[in-house]
This record gives sequence, structure tokens and C-alpha cells, in this order.
Amino acid sequence: MAVTGKMGSYDRPGTGKYERGNKKKLYSKDKKINAGLKKIDNQYKEAVRSAAGTDLLLQEDHGYLEAEGMEKTFKFQQKDIKNVVDESTIKKSFKLSLPDYGPYQIDYTRNGKELLIGGKKGHVASMDWRTGSLDCELHLNETVHAVKYLHNDQYFAVAQKKYVFIYDKTGLELHRLKQHIDCTKLEFLPYHFLLATAGNTGYLKYHDVSTGQLISEIRTKMGPTQSMKQNPWNGVMHLGHGNGSITLWSPSMPTPLVKLQNSRGAVRDLAIDREGKYMITGSNDKSMKLWDLRKFKVIDEYYSPTPVQSLDISDSGLVSTGWNTHVTVWKDMFKSKQKDPYMNHLLPSNKVERLKFVPFEDFLTVGSSKGVENLIVPGSGEANFDALELNPFETAKQRQQTEVRSLLNKLPSDTITLDPNVIGGIDKRAKAIRLKAGDLNEIITNKDDTVEINPNVKGKNSGLRKLLRKKTQNVIDERKLRIEKNLRLEKEARKRNKDIENGIEVEEDTLAPALSRFN
Amino acid sequence: MKIKTISRSADNYVPVRNTQESSLPRNLNPALHPFERAREYTKALNATKLEKIFAQPFIGQLGDGHRDGIYSIAKNFDSINQVASGSGDGVIKYWDLTSRDEIISFKAHYGMVSGLVVTPKQHNMLSCGDDKTIKLWSVNSSDFDMSINDDELYDKKDNGLVKTFLGEHAFKGLDHHQDEELFITGGLSIQLWDMNRSNYISNLSWGADNINTVKFNKTETNLLASAGSDNSIVLYDIRTNSPIQKVVTNLRTNAISWNPMEAFNFASGGDDHNAYYWDMRNLKRSLNVYKDHVSSIMDLDFSPTGEELVTGSYDKTLRIFKTRQGHSRDIYHTKRMQRIHVVKFSTDARYILSGSDDYNIRLWRTVANDRAKIKSSRERAKMEYDNVLKERFKHMPEIKRIARHRHLPKTIKKAKEIKTVEINALKKREDNNRKHSKAGAVPYVPERQKHIRGTSIKDD
Repeated sequence: MAVTGKMGSYDRPGTGKYERGNKKKLYSKDKKINAGLKKIDNQYKEAVRSAAGTDLLLQEDHGYLEAEGMEKTFKFQQKDIKNVVDESTIKKSFKLSLPDYGPYQIDYTRNGKELLIGGKKGHVASMDWRTGSLDCELHLNETVHAVKYLHNDQYFAVAQKKYVFIYDKTGLELHRLKQHIDCTKLEFLPYHFLLATAGNTGYLKYHDVSTGQLISEIRTKMGPTQSMKQNPWNGVMHLGHGNGSITLWSPSMPTPLVKLQNSRGAVRDLAIDREGKYMITGSNDKSMKLWDLRKFKVIDEYYSPTPVQSLDISDSGLVSTGWNTHVTVWKDMFKSKQKDPYMNHLLPSNKVERLKFVPFEDFLTVGSSKGVENLIVPGSGEANFDALELNPFETAKQRQQTEVRSLLNKLPSDTITLDPNVIGGIDKRAKAIRLKAGDLNEIITNKDDTVEINPNVKGKNSGLRKLLRKKTQNVIDERKLRIEKNLRLEKEARKRNKDIENGIEVEEDTLAPALSRFN
Repeated sequence: MKIKTISRSADNYVPVRNTQESSLPRNLNPALHPFERAREYTKALNATKLEKIFAQPFIGQLGDGHRDGIYSIAKNFDSINQVASGSGDGVIKYWDLTSRDEIISFKAHYGMVSGLVVTPKQHNMLSCGDDKTIKLWSVNSSDFDMSINDDELYDKKDNGLVKTFLGEHAFKGLDHHQDEELFITGGLSIQLWDMNRSNYISNLSWGADNINTVKFNKTETNLLASAGSDNSIVLYDIRTNSPIQKVVTNLRTNAISWNPMEAFNFASGGDDHNAYYWDMRNLKRSLNVYKDHVSSIMDLDFSPTGEELVTGSYDKTLRIFKTRQGHSRDIYHTKRMQRIHVVKFSTDARYILSGSDDYNIRLWRTVANDRAKIKSSRERAKMEYDNVLKERFKHMPEIKRIARHRHLPKTIKKAKEIKTVEINALKKREDNNRKHSKAGAVPYVPERQKHIRGTSIKDD
């Protein structure tokens, strides 16, 4: 839609992608409100128009691969492509042959500068993949299930045999997250600073990495989680389960926001596009389904010769699928049902484990059982990055400033909802149901928080337990922590009393408080 | 095969020298900016909190103040840093706002100074008092002896005096014409004076009551408004030498201020704790009611843009209202400040002056978190962005709560509670009355008309 500015300025094409929300005209009976609405509408139009004007300033062009004559794009092999692309692209392609510790999990930092690889048998390495300089290399002597960078390249999380660990860039172990047991999937929500883990226990846990608090633990009741990906648009976590269902979660809800029945076989992997509109899933019954997340309906169904192992969607909407030893890339999948893929690649006698498009580059990285390599996929990356959001060329100073700024603007975990724009919107429910400003305060500040420790309570039903039960189980907040601590103190006090009664000598804490944490 | 891949040259993005700024390309595509709304909301919330943290409205007092309560402050409209003030012991002072020091002081009257104005062209101080005199004072240092200190002040009375006008009664209120050499005085009668004559040239009185305050319109210069002890506001035209119209209100009006931008509008504040905004063309109802004070409004003043209004009250607080809103956007108070008798905006609208019973003239910031220092363009851009965000999310409960919260002195808070109870009781009584009378017998009177007793237009 072309938008005409005020003052009779000319139409500007290409405003469509800058438009937000629904175009429904709001109207009120109040003249004054109408005037305000009209003013806002004009401001919005002008903003869209001037945003479209900045298209001219975009510096880079998107990549492409086109066939001429009888050629087919999926027939082109990597070596054909390397013959014709420019030198800098060839320089960026690499292949790491690591046959001993595979299969490899991979992850990129959000700006695509650093690559993290994690071999099943305990080999973890973080590197600047363009220059090939290694930040750290670890041999953990323990199974590695998943690796994930946190908000920047300074920290990464590794899901190991039993616990999840956090390391820094030099490979120093910073934390052992002992609440996260037996995890196989890791995700990180960059704007909320939440590390989400899921695995064989069937629990989905959210950990705030900026404060070190466990925000919530949710029991999915669906058995071991087969696959997990976040919806980058609204932060909702998509979990694939063994019975072929997909559930959508937010940390503030103990039940799934949405439950979808995807397939008959287990959901092996899924991927969501950056605008949160489409989801692609691959399952054990060899089917691959394309979901429209706005309607929660299957649009298209594809089949692969063997079940899909890994899926990823690039910024420009290319879908890569890895099955057995093959990598297939699809184009325009969201527009119409495709007959032929965009590109194909075969890794001889080398099973694909994990696929990941490189952010802001035309590359697809494949973690496989015998190493890590990256394939040139023209047209897969977002050519024009926004340096104030994510900057592949950022300096150390800029990285530090961005970190501070993003911590200041950290979103509370309860902003994770299906509609990310619900905040600041209008509550359209009836007046009687709506929360009033005062009600909100009452919900937040409960008066009955101050309960004294009473070691003489015998039965299972103490006042503290009652308080603990009142709150939803999965929400862990300061109050819950406080109650749990008080319960613990109560228990200890009870034990001490009993010991004294039975004549057992109670050990005095002989160590100074600073050292007592080591006993 | 046609092929192209993204190949960014690092030269375009990485600065060559470390003194160079690195380029920060933008891409405004919303797809690259997830959680836009939630992030902006968080920014707005943080900005609101910072605004509260940096809110420091009080700057300081002027010099050492006076030796009695301050009952008049006059602006020099041709300068942004000079004001005059007059106190209860008959002393007037001229101040330099930049250094916050006095330039000169004169013992002007016996008894209190009841009116003070800085004349527009010569910038002399014109004062009137209870001693039935009007005096013109020079503020040019060549005209007086600067060496007189505060102790001798009360004896040396002729220092700097240019002219004296003798009146028939004690004066109350004084204002000077914007262009011509005319001034008007209130008191037992309202009189028009020419600067070059020793006696007044006309008496504009309508009725026989005391006039407390007179104000010339600065735009439509021949109009003036007065408020008297008969609870009336009267408008006059000096071209015809006569009053035009009159409105009588329930309670006495203490102060009047003309809107500098909308010449036909003026505001009045009075003993009913409210200020009112009037259109002089239709005095049957006021345009707006400014509520919040818990005691009489003693003085009010429009900002030079006409967008804001400051009121000083007998409840020891001053409040700032937006002209088009009914409740104050801010309240200023200190522990030591007593009843405020006079408030004025500075001529650049950035500061507010208040004079009170505790002998001090206080200087306040109009915007509590504003700072005078020169801002870098980045700072300014951030501030503007934050202001837009605050405006956009101002209705969100959390932001609203933080932005609206003000610490009130205990007495004010208590008085407010009592006032609410009283008003609700009155309302209830009226409602009950209405319920038990014949339909239409007790009509609903709009809040903007409630305070008006009647209007009248002078016909000759």
C-alpha cells in the first residue's frame, strides 16, 4: 500500500513492510478523542512513510542464486558455486574435520560473529569463525547434549550429562546450574535474559541469567522433551513431544498456551521464522509440516525419505532440513507448496546432526557426526543489519555498552505472551471483568507474607506450607524463596530441638561465617 | 548460473583509525526489532523512574530575602534575569536572578508595599502602599547611592526616588500600561494615572467596594481586569474610560492573570481554593476549573507561552497546572516555606519565583527534573525520545502511578482527605435533595458555572 504524506507529498512505494498492527480505523463518539485518534493516525502514516524512505540508505543487496536455461538450482554443487562466487565468500567457508568427538551441536552468537560447537563426547569449542581464532577449547569428558551462547559471545551454556554449566569466553566454568537436571535442549531469550532448558525429565525451566534466579519450572507431563525452539517474535517456547504433539509455553503459565497435534511420530525438530508467522516441524513419521502460527493450522505437508534430524529457518525465509546424510534447502516455502528444493548437499557417510543458518551471512552451518562445515547458500542471510540491534562488526566497547543497555531494558518474564503487542493495548473485555489499577497492587503485594518461624509445628500442615500451596506451583518468586527458606529453618530448628531432647550433642558452628559455606 | 552472496567489506563498517566513529547502519524493518512494544514500555518505565529520581524543583532563595513577608513581585518583561519585590515593612528590592543577589533596596513606604511594577520602557520601579502614596524609583546605579547598607536603609528615604504621587486613600494593587505612560491603581476606588501628572486622570469605579487587584492586558493593551472585595471581577476599557462588564462569584477573587498568548482569556484564583479560566467574551461560565489546592489561592501567573499556570496558596504550597487540564501536574513545597502570597514565572518560563510569609523569595524549576546545563545532541535526543515514550505510555498503570506520585506534607494530605469527605457529603445531600423533589426542581449545575452568582454588562 502506498501512503501519501501530509502537505500533499508524493506517494512512496514499499511502505508495506513497515506497517504495524491492524489497519482498522478506530472511531469514537467523542469528538475530542476522535481528533486525537486522527492525529495519531497521521503521525503513524508519516512514520511509515519516512521509514520507507530509509530504504534508499540500505547499503547491501541480498544474495541470490538463479538458474539459467535448463539448469536447476538444486543441481548446483558447492564446488560449482565456489568457482563463481567472490574471494571473500570462499574465504569464509570452512570445514572442520573432527571425527573423534561427534556428532556436533552448533550455535552462533546473535550477531553471527562467533561459533560454538559441542561434540557429543565432550569436545566444546568457541571460535571467531571468520578469522579462525579460537577463544577456548574444552574437553569435558562428559556427554554434551546442547550448547548455547547467552546474550553475547562472553558466556555460553552447555547441557552436560547431568547438569547445565555456564562457561565464559576463556572456558572458565562459572556456574553449575544444579536445578537443571538431565537437560538435552537449551534456548536463550535475549530480551528477557532467560535461559530455558528442557530434557529427559519433562520439565521446562526458565533461569534468569542476569540475577541467577530460577524464574519458573513447569512440568510438561508429556514425557521427555524431543525438541525445543523459541519463537523469536514473542518469546514463546515451542516444545515437541514423543507423542507427536507440540506445546507452546510461557514462563508465567503452568499450562501450555497452545497444544497442537502435529504428527503420529515423535517431533524430532522444529523451527520458527523470525516474525513468528510460520513454524516448520519434522517428525519420526517422515513428514514435515508447515504451520501457520497465526491461525494454528497446517498449510503444507512435505515428506522426506528418512525422518528429519534438524531444521532451521533463515532470516530471509529459506528452510533447511537435514535428514540422514543430506541437507536440503527450500525456498519460498511460505508462499506456495514447492516441488523442487532450492539447494541440495550430500555429506558422504556423515550424518547431519544440527543445522544453523549464519546470522547476516549467506551460509548454512552443518554440525554432523564427523565435524562441522559451512555451506554457501546464496540469499539466506539478512543483508542489512541494524547496528543498534545486532552488529556483526561491533567493537569491545560497543559490546559492553550494548550489554549494559540491554540489561537496563530487560523485559520482565511476564511479557512473554502469544501476542507481543498486548502491552500498552486496550483491554477489550467487559468493564466488570477488567482489572482496575488498584487491583493490580493488591495482587502484587500480598499482606500475609509475614509468617514467623515456629519450630513447634508438628504435622505436615504448617502455615508456611499452606502459603506455599496457595501460589501456583511453577512460579518461583522472592516470596516463595523466602517461604522455602523459612521452612528449611523450621525443619532444622525441629531437628535441633529433637536432638537436644534425645541427649545428642548439637554441633556448634565453629567456623567463621565466611568459611562456613565450605562445610 | 547467476549468483551473488552478501559480501560486506569490513572497510565500510570498521573505522580505520581509532579516532573515527564506527558506522552504525540502521534497518528499520520491524522484523529485525522484536518485542518493540514491550521494550519501549520498559524504556518508558525506566525514563519515568529516572525523572522522579532527578526531580529537584527547589534551587534556592534570592539573597537574604526581606525583613518581612513578601507581598509583591514584579517582573521586568524586557529582561530574563531581573525582578523586583516588595515586602510588608515597606522595603522594595531589585534582584539579579543570575547571581541571586539584590541590586538595590529602598525603604519605599510606611506600612506594607501593596503594589509593585517595573515600568516597561525606563525600567523604573513603581510602588504603591498603605501610606496613600505611589512612588517611582530609579534602578540605574547613577541615580542613587549604592553604599547605603541595610541598617541605614530605614533612615535614608529619598535615595533613588524619582517621583511621588499622592493619593486620597490607601492603595491596593497597581499595574502599568504596556505602551503608554499610564498606570492603574486599586484600593477604595480604581484610578487611572498619567505618569506626567500629579493627580489621577479618571476614576473607573463601578459600585462602591474595595479593589484588591488590577491587571492590564499585555496584548490588548487598553483592557484591564480588577477583582474586588465584593467578590466581583470587573473588566474595563480605558479608551472609553469605563467598565465593560462584571461577574460576581461566590467567594472573593485574590488574583488575576491574563493569558499572554490568548488575549481574551484570563485566569483568576480565589478563596474557594480553585482557580478558574475565563473567556472575557462570555463570563456566564468559565472555560476550566483548576482544583487541587486545600486553601485560598493567593496569587497565580501564566507562563509566557500561556501553556501553564502557577498558583501559590495559603496552604503553603505552589502548584503548576497545564492550562487545558483540571488538576495540577506538580506541587512544590518545603518544610520551611510559609503561606505563599505571590508567585511569578520567570520571563523565559524555566523558573518560578515565590514570595511567602517567611521573608524569603524562593526560586524553583518549572520542570522539576530539568537542568540548566548545555546538553549534547545525544543527551537531547535521548531526552526527546524519553519524553515521547513517557507521553505514549502515560496511561499504563505502573507508569501512571510512578509519574503521579507526589510526597505531600501531612497537613495537606489530611486537609485533602477532609475536603474530599466534605465535598462528597455536599454532593450526597444535593443528590438526596434531587431525589426527593419534583423532577427538574433541583437542576444539575456544571462545575464550571457553580461558582458564578451573576454577570452584568455596563450600559450607558
